[in-house]
Amino acid sequence: MTLDEPPGLTRRTPARLAVFLLMLLVVVDYAANSPNPYRAPSILALGSGAASAGGFCGALPD
Amino acid sequence: MPSAAEHAVILAPRLWPRRSALVVVAVLAILAVMILSGIRYGLLLAVGLGFGLVLEGLRFGFAGPWRAMILRREPSGLYAQLIAIGLVAIVALPLIASRSGELVGAQAPVGFAMVGGAFVFGVAMQIVLGCGSGTLVNAGSGNPVAVLALPFFAIGSFAGAYHLFWWTDLGALPPIGVAGWSGVAATLLGLGAVAAILYRVAVRGQRSLQRRHLVAAVIVAALALANLVVAGQPWGVVYGLGLWAAKGAAAFGADLSGSPFWAARESAERIGASLLTDVTSLTNIGIVLGAFVVASWRNGGLSARIPVLPLRAWIATAVAGLLLGYSSRLAFGCNVGAFFSGISTGSLHGWVWFGAAFAGSAIGIKLRPILGLEARS
Repeated sequence: MTLDEPPGLTRRTPARLAVFLLMLLVVVDYAANSPNPYRAPSILALGSGAASAGGFCGALPD
Repeated sequence: MPSAAEHAVILAPRLWPRRSALVVVAVLAILAVMILSGIRYGLLLAVGLGFGLVLEGLRFGFAGPWRAMILRREPSGLYAQLIAIGLVAIVALPLIASRSGELVGAQAPVGFAMVGGAFVFGVAMQIVLGCGSGTLVNAGSGNPVAVLALPFFAIGSFAGAYHLFWWTDLGALPPIGVAGWSGVAATLLGLGAVAAILYRVAVRGQRSLQRRHLVAAVIVAALALANLVVAGQPWGVVYGLGLWAAKGAAAFGADLSGSPFWAARESAERIGASLLTDVTSLTNIGIVLGAFVVASWRNGGLSARIPVLPLRAWIATAVAGLLLGYSSRLAFGCNVGAFFSGISTGSLHGWVWFGAAFAGSAIGIKLRPILGLEARS
């Protein structure tokens, strides 16, 4: 809280909550499924010669 | 009582340590992802951070400008959306056509469920005044409505994907789209026609494009193209949110074999892979963090009191969050994956999504005050 803040709950609380929950999700997921940086794809998809393999909301799985 | 300028000078020494820390943390987060997952994934987090910074920093979005157009007939924000889409289309369509083995567009089928999903999404996004990207930005900048809506959005996205094949079996056309330079011409023609209609409908004196909207449109377009070049696919939001809920469901022992979507090999692999290697998860995380950085950076950006809302407003928020997620899966994307990326990469479903969601928005705007979401101070 700063000197300029009005009393009561401010937007700082939900903002910090959102970031905290997001970080918690990332950390818990990382503990369960650690990525292997040595198997990372090339830096850019453009020019890689490989098809995009990411999930997308417009695509259906085969 | 100090003037505004004097006040800023007094506050400046207090703000710099915080602002420096924000920059350092953001850079460290990108470097950490690069080291832990790979350079491509760190770049995608950076792209997401960029989206968060510009959307919150320039107060640019999708739901708000649609509301401004419907309620007050002010088209500036919507013009900017069309400009951003057009700029992306000019580069993306020829690029995808020439590198089809590496880059894909947001091609999806138009169908009954797709149209209905877009309409419901339009209703729900005006109830919470946050679309796919908007909910992430608003959550990062401390809007409690968005913070509550976001987990329900994720659950809804998971559930919508769970049932997606049932919905698409109701009837859908094959994906229809345009490509290459002829696709650019057709897309720009369509965008120009929409802009001309907006101009005619707009209130006199409110027909011009605001400078901050133009700047935001150019930066958003550049970031969307960066997303395409780095990831090989257009900017999306909803898939990542559903994946988070799917991972949670799997962690608690849920059996996903009953869903053709989540039981598919690619989906199962992504559930078992790190979030730090999922394209849309990384950009989503970046958007929240970018918005948080901007809100924390601003003097007093997070010190506004949160609104006093009745219980029905919070219940409506949770339900609308679920509907946002569920409907956007049926619609093959939200304002980002379907409207922005669909149109800019030549998919007909993006145009259909626009019309259906805009019609839904007109209803959502009317529902918002009834549900108690027009806050008292």
